[in-house]
Amino acid sequence: MTTREMGHDAAPRVSFFNDPVIRGIIYQVVVAVILIGFIFWIVGNTAANLAAQNKTNGFDFLWKTAGFDISFALLPWSRASYYWEALLVGITNTLLVAFIGIVFATMLGFTIGVARLSSNFIVARLAAVYIETIRNIPLLLQLFFWYFAVLKTMPAVRQSIALPFDSFINQRGIMVPRPTPDQEFGWVMVAIVVALIVAGVIGGWAARIRTRTGRYPVQIVWPGKLADAVVTFLVAFVALVVLLGVVFPIASFVPVSAIVAAAVALGSLTRYAAIAKAALTFFVAFVLCNALLGFMFSWVPSLMVSLISALIALVLGQVVYSNTANRPPSDARFPLALLVLIIVGVPALVYWLTGATLAFEVPVLERFNFKGGLQLPPEFVALAFGLTIYTASFIAETVRAGIQAVNRGQTEAAQSLGLKDGDRLRLVIVPQAMRVIIPPLTSQYLNLTKNSSLGAAIGYPELFNVFGGTSISQSGRAIECMAIIMVVYLTFSLITSAIMNWYNARVRLVER
Amino acid sequence: MTDITYVRPSLVEARPAPRSTTGVLAWLQKNLFATPTDAVLTLFGALFLLWAVPPLVNFVFINAVGINGTVEECRVETAGACWAYVWSEMEFFIYGFYDMSELWRPNIVFALGAALLIPLLIPKVPFKRTNALLLLIVFPVISYYLLAGGVFGLKPMPTEKWGGLLVTLIISAVGIIVSFPLGIILALGRQSKMPVIKMLCIGFIELVRAVPLITILFMASIMLPLFMPQGTTVDKLLRALVGVTLFSAAYVAEIVRGGLQAIPRGQYEAAASLGLSYWKQMYFIILPQALKHVIPGIVNNAIALFKDTSLVYIVGMKDLLEAVKTKNDTALEWQSGNTATTGYLFAAAVFWMFCFSMSRYSMFMERRLNTGYKR
Repeated sequence: MTTREMGHDAAPRVSFFNDPVIRGIIYQVVVAVILIGFIFWIVGNTAANLAAQNKTNGFDFLWKTAGFDISFALLPWSRASYYWEALLVGITNTLLVAFIGIVFATMLGFTIGVARLSSNFIVARLAAVYIETIRNIPLLLQLFFWYFAVLKTMPAVRQSIALPFDSFINQRGIMVPRPTPDQEFGWVMVAIVVALIVAGVIGGWAARIRTRTGRYPVQIVWPGKLADAVVTFLVAFVALVVLLGVVFPIASFVPVSAIVAAAVALGSLTRYAAIAKAALTFFVAFVLCNALLGFMFSWVPSLMVSLISALIALVLGQVVYSNTANRPPSDARFPLALLVLIIVGVPALVYWLTGATLAFEVPVLERFNFKGGLQLPPEFVALAFGLTIYTASFIAETVRAGIQAVNRGQTEAAQSLGLKDGDRLRLVIVPQAMRVIIPPLTSQYLNLTKNSSLGAAIGYPELFNVFGGTSISQSGRAIECMAIIMVVYLTFSLITSAIMNWYNARVRLVER
Repeated sequence: MTDITYVRPSLVEARPAPRSTTGVLAWLQKNLFATPTDAVLTLFGALFLLWAVPPLVNFVFINAVGINGTVEECRVETAGACWAYVWSEMEFFIYGFYDMSELWRPNIVFALGAALLIPLLIPKVPFKRTNALLLLIVFPVISYYLLAGGVFGLKPMPTEKWGGLLVTLIISAVGIIVSFPLGIILALGRQSKMPVIKMLCIGFIELVRAVPLITILFMASIMLPLFMPQGTTVDKLLRALVGVTLFSAAYVAEIVRGGLQAIPRGQYEAAASLGLSYWKQMYFIILPQALKHVIPGIVNNAIALFKDTSLVYIVGMKDLLEAVKTKNDTALEWQSGNTATTGYLFAAAVFWMFCFSMSRYSMFMERRLNTGYKR
């Protein structure tokens, strides 16, 4: 019989050449052969070219003496160091500038991104102008501007401009005090770490209890109130000392400040807390505004500046007054002051008990140059500054897109639950926005790290400059050096994307 | 039936909006002084503007030395930007070392490019296909022979003499245009079911995207001659073009992949069930939909590439930024306190103008293409 069951048929026979599987294999073989041939051709050409130029190859040069200077190195470096040490210096310099750039660009970018969405017309416009100006100008041009047009035209060493905190700026960069911790200071560092962990544990525990029972545990609330008073006292004391000491020079202002600060702190425990907090806000805001505006408008009479500062401080005080008067009961408030007190207080206590000292070696102007202190070269300053400013504009756009990606219904739902603006942002919008923000944010961090290679153009000794520029011209091993540089950047990129994949898997919306 | 007298036969006239919600005062109240915190922010913003804008305006306009000024005026202590310097070096900034007598050639190229590009960008102008073909195929050939010369009795002009804005525009235009088809092929390769091709494309894309453009440019300018058979010389401009194009292609590939992934599976299956070959499926069904999705991404990439062309400075090409920097450093007859700042301001303004108009155009296209999806 010739009947066959349906479905057991072989696929209808097509001609050999039209079978997609065989075709695919043929294509791939062709591509592979062409590629391998191409590689052989290139390798052959390169070998012939190198032989013609009498150049050797191989990675053995890494263990040879480099014999060049590097202007700025975190690791010990001398002309007798090896090439692999040059590689490490380049990597650490790249990572240093990238790290600093990332920290500041994140802070600036988030601020501007939120400001861009502000309902305040002036603030939103200023942020928009910043973003649209900065991100449409090449980074290299901005670096040139900061380096050649700003930092290089700073006054010579003798006419250095003094900055706050014993720092100076001149043609050779920024001089800052160098911290010189002694041996006991190690314990303070330990105390900081321990305090951070303890504060984290306490905060997490309190938040868990709050989630379960609706209020923070009583063991937290009372110490929290006390810590609040202590922090209030300290802030008030410092503000008053500055206020009285700078604005109204009176001889014996410290005891006066202490008494007033104590009164404010005690007041913050009673039902007059709102008034006490408002007064404290007024002091602090006035001191800060006065200093800032005085610096910005040095040609305006100081009385005028003080008046405007007082006006601003008054409004802020009023805001704090109404917020404090309407705040929830103390067992529903996060014990922030307690955590701050632990993080600051424990290391301070250890510092005092162990008798550790953290002296600062202040840069001093001598006959020709500064002595002591830490000198940040202008290349580093320009690169860190340029990367921060440039990347911040991209981060701001990322943040804006993330916040706008949160469905408007979420805002409305949060409002209808009666959440205040701050809580609405903190509890509803930001957690959802972060899900959208984090992946592009990471790629901005990676971009910043890659862009730090532009430091080569202004002479900052980062990876590309040290290992792509100087090392190649010294050793003549162009291919090897470039391969190493590419591998290093590839590693950065792979690590970042591994972290990103892990994060994405973790925060992915779990749907039904 | 009785007349219902208590129902109005006509609608009541709409009353004007309450005073408190219209007019300047209401706008101020809503946008600047909604809450006390807002008021403080407004005050700070206003103070910042008061602090920053007058010195800036003074520097750029009021105290600036006009285009007809002299270097002595620029050297005065209180002088602002020295526009006379920019004006007198303008030809170098735009054409580099291109022969003075031959400047009409790049000028024709600029004019022809603008005449072909502008109608292409305006959606209402007809003959898009002809226009695109002219711009993408005929125009590059004409411009190459016009600029390089050596035919029809035109004076040969080696690429070393090209410079300034001309080179910036050439590199970015070639990079943007050539990287587009390359990127599409790479994106399709990455989606391919053939493992060898897929791995090759993934490897290329990820490697190029992981490293900075400088390393690619450096590879192209230093290594490319090494890879070629002995005795071959590769033009310097061509090396930079190869580097920029390959770099950009990897980014375009990722953008296009996003568009390909956004196409529902049904479209692929429908195309296959029509019996179309792979390339016909892509050309007629998939790519037209996918590319429409990714136009904003492509334009953003074009902007990034336009800015990145300034990096060719590092491998010794003479683009706009290099021209400005060279003159800042070497034009001794224009040396003054503000020369460098003015030069960079000018370059920044040129780059900004191009990038900003591209981003505005991309937003315009986005709005035009997205009308159906808006909430």
